[in-house]
Amino acid sequence: MSVKPASFDYYRPDTVDEALQLLDEAEDEGKILAGGQSLVPIMNMRLATPQCIIDVNGLNGLDTIRYESGLMKIGALSRQRCLEQNNLVKEKVPLIAEAAPFIGHTQTRNRGTIGGSLVHADPSAEIPLSLLVLDAQAVIRSCDEERTVPVSDFFVTYLTTDIMPNEMLTEIQIPTEGIPQGYAFVEFSRRHGDFALVDAACLIDTDEQRRITSVRLALGGVDAIPVLSEDATELLVGEKLSSRLLEEVGRAVQAEVDPDEDLHASREYRRHLAGVFAKRAVRLAYQRAIQGGGTG
Amino acid sequence: MKLKKKEQTTICLTVNGRRYVESVEPRKLLSDFLREDCGLTGTHVGCEHGVCGACTILLNGSAVRSCLLFAVQVDGAEIRTVEGLDTEGHLNPLQEAFSEHHALQCGFCTPGILLSASELLEYNPHPTTEEIEEMLSGHLCRCTGYKGIVKAIEKVANRNPKFTHES
Ligand code: FES
Ligand code: FES
Repeated sequence: MSVKPASFDYYRPDTVDEALQLLDEAEDEGKILAGGQSLVPIMNMRLATPQCIIDVNGLNGLDTIRYESGLMKIGALSRQRCLEQNNLVKEKVPLIAEAAPFIGHTQTRNRGTIGGSLVHADPSAEIPLSLLVLDAQAVIRSCDEERTVPVSDFFVTYLTTDIMPNEMLTEIQIPTEGIPQGYAFVEFSRRHGDFALVDAACLIDTDEQRRITSVRLALGGVDAIPVLSEDATELLVGEKLSSRLLEEVGRAVQAEVDPDEDLHASREYRRHLAGVFAKRAVRLAYQRAIQGGGTG
Repeated sequence: MKLKKKEQTTICLTVNGRRYVESVEPRKLLSDFLREDCGLTGTHVGCEHGVCGACTILLNGSAVRSCLLFAVQVDGAEIRTVEGLDTEGHLNPLQEAFSEHHALQCGFCTPGILLSASELLEYNPHPTTEEIEEMLSGHLCRCTGYKGIVKAIEKVANRNPKFTHES
């Protein structure tokens, strides 16, 4: 089997504005090429045959990582390898630094970008899940407007987001003021670097009595999009974590999720994993919250 | 830059220290470019969708899949392939160690692994076994069972702390 992409027009713009202009002119046929670690495989297999590729790899300013007035601002073109190494990311959003090594392999993280992973919207991918639990915002631009969408409203269904064909994701913003001290990212995959069967991310804050004051728990691989667990929040807020309570959370999550069956795992197995990994994430985030204080 | 389908453009890049000026159409994969246009068939092509790691090369020092890049994208870049690892016909210490520890059988996966291992050792001269295995997770080897590969890299890591792929 030959595995070569179909022909396409290739554009390499010099500015973001030019990229947006080209995207607009291409109508529905334009595709942004960033790291290419999801797009190029599907082009090679001819699952996608975009007529026009707009390569944004050379664009200045799309890969900056900075902290500004309470927001971590991560340019959409920031490589996944940077996310695991960047000191600002480690300090302000350690959850992302913890999730990054789970994405593919070093050889794919060297190219793959945070924005590419978010817009690809694989239901078990690490970046979408982390950004959901962190309550991040996606900055999206087209020729004529810039809008900001909460990641919680960004995913529509499998591999489908709120982004329109003439729009491009340019930046991700994560509010860090009052961000919970306890964090955890855990996942299960068949082999290291494979797509996760199930992953879980959690943020927890506690008071001096070790009671949980706030919690966000999100799961990937259990539905068409990553989901936040409402039941976990209801069960946990105001409580100290005990093994009894943790078991309850596990059961609640299993009841709450509605996974699909596929080649890799049955519905029951994914549901089982969801409970197990929800518990692991909550336990670890709680431990870090009560030890943490300033250090996280 | 604007190229229509099938329109050729000239790219100029350095591969293993040698300058290449070649003409390519947009859809040409870097892996095919290296093999067909540069004649460097040491870069192997297995799955062509980013899974097996056989096509891994160093792009400006970073280990990446050459089957997931278009040749037009690397205009001006510096690339290293397996052909650029030896010094004047002598295997480098990493290659020697591969031979010594039976880290290859059919050799299909070997070029990619050598480049990834070179990157690892460049940035982390004393990797732990775990770090070596993490790097190796990006490569499929259907022959060796990986043990010999890990041993070979460990050997270089301990014997010659200053080892870099630049030799
Ligand atoms: S041929 Fe490139 S990863 Fe398999
Ligand atoms: S030596 Fe044959 S695939 Fe690795």
